Amino acid sequence: MKRIGEPILTADRISLAFGGIVALNEISVQIRQSEVLAIIGPNGAGKTSMLNVINGFYHPQAGTIAWKGKTRRRMRPYHAAAQGIARTFQNVALFHGMTTLDNIMTGRLLRMRRNFLWQAIYSGPAEREELAHRAYAEKIIDFLEIQAIRKTPVGRLPYGLQKRVELGRALAMEPELLLLDEPMAGMNVEEKEDMCRFVLDVNDEFGTTIALIEHDMGVVMDISDRIVVLDYGRKIADGPPDEVRTRPEVIAAYLGEER
Amino acid sequence: MRRNVSPAADDRLLSAAGDALDTFPKLLLGHVRSRPERPANREKDFGIWRSWSWAEIATEVEALACGLSAMGFRRRDKLAIIGDNRPRLYWAIAAAQALGGVPVPVYQDSIAEEMAFVLNHAEVRFAVAEDQEQVDKLIAIKEECPHLETVIFSDPRGMRHYEQSFLHDYETIQAGGREFAHSDRNFFRDEVAKGRGSDTAIILYTSGTTGRPKGVVLTFDNVLISAKNAIAFEGLTDREEALAYLPMAWIGEHIFSYAQAYCAGFCASCPESQATVMADLRELGPTYLFAPPRIFENILTQVMIRMEDAGWVKRKLFHYFLRVAKRVGLPVLDRQAVPLFDRALYWLGNVLVYGPLKNMLGLSRVRVAYTAGEAIGPDLFNFYRSLGINLKQLYGMTESSVFLCIQKDGAVKPDTVGSPIEDVEIRIAEDGEVLFRSPGAFQCYYKNPEATAEVKRPDDWVHTGDSGFFDPDGQLKILDRAKDVGWLEGGSLFAPRFIENKLKYFPHIKEAVVFGDSRPFVAALINIDLGAVGDWAQRRNLPYASYQELAAEDTVYDLIEDCIEQVNRDLAAEPALAPSQICRFLVLHKELDADDGELTRTRKVRRRIIAARYQSLVDALYSGRPTGRIETEITFEDGRIAHMRAELAIRDVAATSPLPERRLLKKAS
Repeated sequence: MKRIGEPILTADRISLAFGGIVALNEISVQIRQSEVLAIIGPNGAGKTSMLNVINGFYHPQAGTIAWKGKTRRRMRPYHAAAQGIARTFQNVALFHGMTTLDNIMTGRLLRMRRNFLWQAIYSGPAEREELAHRAYAEKIIDFLEIQAIRKTPVGRLPYGLQKRVELGRALAMEPELLLLDEPMAGMNVEEKEDMCRFVLDVNDEFGTTIALIEHDMGVVMDISDRIVVLDYGRKIADGPPDEVRTRPEVIAAYLGEER
Repeated sequence: MRRNVSPAADDRLLSAAGDALDTFPKLLLGHVRSRPERPANREKDFGIWRSWSWAEIATEVEALACGLSAMGFRRRDKLAIIGDNRPRLYWAIAAAQALGGVPVPVYQDSIAEEMAFVLNHAEVRFAVAEDQEQVDKLIAIKEECPHLETVIFSDPRGMRHYEQSFLHDYETIQAGGREFAHSDRNFFRDEVAKGRGSDTAIILYTSGTTGRPKGVVLTFDNVLISAKNAIAFEGLTDREEALAYLPMAWIGEHIFSYAQAYCAGFCASCPESQATVMADLRELGPTYLFAPPRIFENILTQVMIRMEDAGWVKRKLFHYFLRVAKRVGLPVLDRQAVPLFDRALYWLGNVLVYGPLKNMLGLSRVRVAYTAGEAIGPDLFNFYRSLGINLKQLYGMTESSVFLCIQKDGAVKPDTVGSPIEDVEIRIAEDGEVLFRSPGAFQCYYKNPEATAEVKRPDDWVHTGDSGFFDPDGQLKILDRAKDVGWLEGGSLFAPRFIENKLKYFPHIKEAVVFGDSRPFVAALINIDLGAVGDWAQRRNLPYASYQELAAEDTVYDLIEDCIEQVNRDLAAEPALAPSQICRFLVLHKELDADDGELTRTRKVRRRIIAARYQSLVDALYSGRPTGRIETEITFEDGRIAHMRAELAIRDVAATSPLPERRLLKKAS
């Protein structure tokens, strides 16, 4: 079975506020090598903010983030990408006019070594490089079973498939850490099951560490190794699914407190 | 792509092909001698077409056969083959046959329970499965299948943590086989040489519209002679291109993509996945194509939907030239005299519309295309023919190794299935049943002498269970399954499939089941086609969230009512069938599905099962109530079961006179 290793990302006492609204309040989270970590919580609990802090969209007012032991200061999303952190978005953020294949190929951009002039000439090393990247993109297409939509503009695809293409683009970066923001939102049961299988397969076959936000508790309990529960910007629980499920404060956050 | 085929290996394989080429493995070795470099199989994988020559597949088959033998596979052992069309699975068929074993392909979408029945009945010891999905099913039924010892999987994805000792990787088996072949160089050749034409070549389980599947036993002679006769009939060569995309457990697929490919030496190509068949068809441009009517229907529906979205000029052009094709296309294809002006117009149409359209669909190189399995609508049939595609019908079944009748070029009619081919005798029994005698006639149903005796009589005439007759030109016309033909209460003939086919010719209707035997009038359960009706609804800004919701729409009922009225007009034109006009119908809330046992795996309606399942709806149809209530079970592909409850509207349809009296009364009130 898989080994869950040392923490690769450590967020230490992160605080983030927008004006007077405190989105994250001294939150400490560790993400360990090769685990599937779920971040759950009611609406507005700060889950997406947490992901945004991790990949550099937001800059916390206080607290530090260490990626593989190195503490980072101010960082931008492309730094995160270059370091091997990929993500998908709550509202699909693909290039709608481009085909599935082209969208996935954009995920390879960071790994392309030749400059765009050389690529435009498309000869020698540039051609070889392009072929290698295309082969990797095809591996992902095969993995996600989206061969039939390879040449379809993503704007024409149903939502469930767009989510899958977005996952494909993130995978094309060969990330070490994959952040998924509600990968199963708005899907029907069958699509959800497919997505679960892909998430588990990615974790298993590529050894990718995954942190995901999800509302469907059935899904969360099934696929995650560990769960972090946020509520009003505070962390109220952190542990394996079975343990978290029984915590009274988690039940209260989800079902409301008895009065 | 050339891979390591050493000349020595070639020589070694060649000498086995000395004797008569009366088995497929012998034919394979024959091809290694006569056309080693010609492609034998292609497969699209990772977006690229990859091909294997005859010499290459011979070494692949040898490696697998030797590997199987090393694992303990003996002559007469059965090898189950489960998965989508993949070259490796076709090689497994050849490997089993080379060892004197019997391949037993299983429908890849069978649920575990169906699979267990076949595996047990055939006493399968070895199985080759495509991927994790199939392996999971096999693991689930392993306990119930005491004969099953070894499962070989082709695609290891997702199975890294599987620890069952009976699971083996295809490549590992082949590697073992290569080692084995190294120590016993003549083993494969000798095994192949032991095969005889009279040996069992394959057991195919027919889905059967009633009861348990039956295993049809066919010998090499059965399959080979039939395949060769059809090749001679159509003049097929080793230059044909064929797409292997239908279920491997179906006799048609076995004959077209395996038997005929091995006999004529042409290449069978496997699509990337079931979902990409249309795109792969286009890339490949086959010259020899087989498709059941529903595929041709789907293609036409897709084309029509997309033309609706085209610009004004294109749309006008398209419809104008379709009308031209309708008028002159058939005579042009049949090489009859056509006025010069029309011929010029058709030529222009070919440049502007038909040519590009055929190219889009991947049909521009088709020399021979067959449709069979079900009746095809005359409009649909003639649409393709008028575009210049040589689409023909044939008649056959698993029990006859397919070919009984084929339509001859130039003598193609939409409502017949052609005349008997070489070596086939056909006779119509007194009760109208079609009987045949042919070299392709099956040996028996495996371990089922009663069923065999029922169908194959001592005088060798095989009873098809179809009722039909010969038309004045000597072409066979099939009416219906003999046992389905019944009588209305009024005493007039009721041929359900005939009516259902008429209904299914409409793109909006996917399936139809009509009732009427011993009933006062004919009533129908309708399944709408989600693609066609969904698109129709979208164009009318009709919101719907699910199949069930769409099916219950009033306007959808109107749409279906129009279709049924047209069918009624058609039926009224024939005095014998006028009383069979459909008086009431309802639209079902779910699609009929093979997983629920409502259709066979080849998508034929299981009339009795549907009648029993939807008993309450059928009763409502005949009770005069305005709605019917139903609770159904739905089986998901993994075997889980869900319940579905619905209240369905029932609608009366106007019949064309002469009509049953009941209708007259209602109209008057």
